[in-house]
Amino acid sequence: MPEALAPILDIATFIRETLLSLFETLGASPELANGLVTFIGAFLIANFVLLILVVNIWMERKVMARLQDRIGPNRVGPWGLFQTVADLGKLLSKEIIIPSQADLIPFLLAPLLAVMSVIGIWAVIPFAETAIGTDVSIGVLYFMAVSSFGIMAILMAGWSSNNKYALLGAFRAVAMLVSYEVPIILTLMVPVLLTGSMRMNEIVMAQNIWFIFMVPLAGIIFYISQVAEVGRQPFDLLEAESEIVAGYHIEYSGFAFAIFYAAEWAHGFAICALFVTLFLGGWQGPFVDQIPTLGFIYFLGKTFLVYIIQIWMRATVPRLRIDQIMDFCWKLLIPVSLALVVLIALTEGIITTLAEQGILTAPFLANYFSTATAADMLPRTFVLLTINAFITIVTLFLLARRGRAERERFEAMRQSMAPIEAGTD
Amino acid sequence: MSEWTFIALLLVTAFIFPAIPIVAGTLLGPRKPNEMKNSTYECGVETVGDTWVQFKVQYYIFALVFLVFDIELIFLYPWAVAYNQLPLFGIVAGVVFIITLAEALVYAWRKGALEWL
Repeated sequence: MPEALAPILDIATFIRETLLSLFETLGASPELANGLVTFIGAFLIANFVLLILVVNIWMERKVMARLQDRIGPNRVGPWGLFQTVADLGKLLSKEIIIPSQADLIPFLLAPLLAVMSVIGIWAVIPFAETAIGTDVSIGVLYFMAVSSFGIMAILMAGWSSNNKYALLGAFRAVAMLVSYEVPIILTLMVPVLLTGSMRMNEIVMAQNIWFIFMVPLAGIIFYISQVAEVGRQPFDLLEAESEIVAGYHIEYSGFAFAIFYAAEWAHGFAICALFVTLFLGGWQGPFVDQIPTLGFIYFLGKTFLVYIIQIWMRATVPRLRIDQIMDFCWKLLIPVSLALVVLIALTEGIITTLAEQGILTAPFLANYFSTATAADMLPRTFVLLTINAFITIVTLFLLARRGRAERERFEAMRQSMAPIEAGTD
Repeated sequence: MSEWTFIALLLVTAFIFPAIPIVAGTLLGPRKPNEMKNSTYECGVETVGDTWVQFKVQYYIFALVFLVFDIELIFLYPWAVAYNQLPLFGIVAGVVFIITLAEALVYAWRKGALEWL
C-alpha cells in the first residue's frame, strides 16, 4: 500500500489524529485536546443520526409508494429528495399548541427524552473498526439501559397530555413495550454467549461467520421484538390512528410533534444498525482488514437493506390486536428464546466436557469456542444450526396441533350454532 | 473514564439538539392561543370526567411478570460473558436458573395471568 493513501484507507483514525495534533499545536493540553475531540465525535454522531433521518423518511415514503403502486414524493428536488426538508420548514412555521390541561414540564420533556434515548443507542454502535463512539465493555447492557428510556418518554407524553386517547396509547405502550423487552434481552444474550464479551467491536470481530447463519432463530426473534419495541407497523397499536387517533402524541403539534416522529423513525433505523452489528457481521466484509474505511460502506449498506425489510413489513402486515400481540410475545417468542438459550448452553456444555474428559476425540473440538477464523467456527455452526432446526420443528409441530384444536373447537361451535343461524330453532 | 465522558457528552448533545427546533418553533411559529384551541383534543367533544383514571389491573399483572423476568435475566449476563470458560457445573447452574424462570412463566400461564381480558 502506498503511504499517501493511508489517510483515506483509515479515515476515522486519520481525522482523529489530525484534530488531536491540531488542538495541541494551538496550545491545548493533551487532556483538553482529548476532551475536545470526544466532544466533536459526540456532536458528529448526533448530527449523523438526525441527518440520516431525512434520508430515512424519504426512503420510507418512496419504498412504501412503490409497494403500493404509487410514485411517491417526486416534486421537491431530484426524485423528491428534499421533500422532508420542505416538510421540516413547514413544521417550523406551525404553532406549538400547549393544551391548558396538560402537565407542562413532562409534556415538554417527553420529546427530548425520546430523541435522547435514540441518539444514545448510537454511542456503542461501530460504524467501522476504528469508528465507534465508545467501545465500552458492557455495550450490550448499555444499549438495553438507554433504549428503555424511550418507553419512559412515551409514558410521560401520554400521562402529561391529560387526554384519554393519549392515556390509552400510553397504557398500551406500557403493556406492549415492556413485554417485548423480555425476548429482546433473551435473544441479545445469544451473541454474548457466542462471543463471551459484551463489547460491540468484539462481537463484530467474532463474526467470521455471521451469527444469523449460526443462530437464525435468535436473529429473527430479536428483529421482530425490536420492531415491536419501536412500535412500528404491524405493532403500532400504541398510536393506532383508526382506534385512538394518534395515541400518546395526540396533543403534540408543530415541531414538538415532529420531534416525536423523528425519534420513532430514528429508533427504527437504530435497531436496524444494531441488528446488523449483532447478527449480520457489522462492518465485516471483504478487504476490510486492509481498508478500514470500507467498513462504513458495508455497515451502512447492510443497515439500509434491513431497513427496507422493515418498510416491507409495514406495507404487508395488518395491525394486530393487543391480545394477539401479548400472546405472540408471552406464549411464543419468550418460550422459544428460553428453550434456545437452555439448549445451546446444555449441548455445548456437554460437548466440551466430553471433549475434556477425552471421551469425544475429534481434532476440531480442541478449540470449539474459538472465533479466530471461519473454519474454526464451522463445527460450532453445525451444532447450533441443529439446535435451531430442532426447536423450529418442535415449535411448528406444537403450533399446528394448537391450530387444529382451535379449528375443531370452532367447527363444533358452528355446528351447534347452525340451527339458530338457519332460523329453524 | 473517557469512555463514559463520551456517553455523557453525547446524551447532553442529544438532549439539547431537539430542544433547539422546539424553541425555534415557538419563536418562528404563530402564537394565538384561545380557549377552544387549548382545550383537550377529543374530536370537538368536551372531556367527561377525570382523565387520570386508575389502571386496569391487567397491566399491573403483566408488569409484575415482566419485572421478575427482566431483573433475573440481567443476572444471566455475567454468566453469558463467562460462559466460554465455565466448567459443566457452572453451565448447569445457569441452566437451572433459567428453568426456574421458565417454571414461573408456566405458572403464570396456567394461572391465566397471561390472558388479555
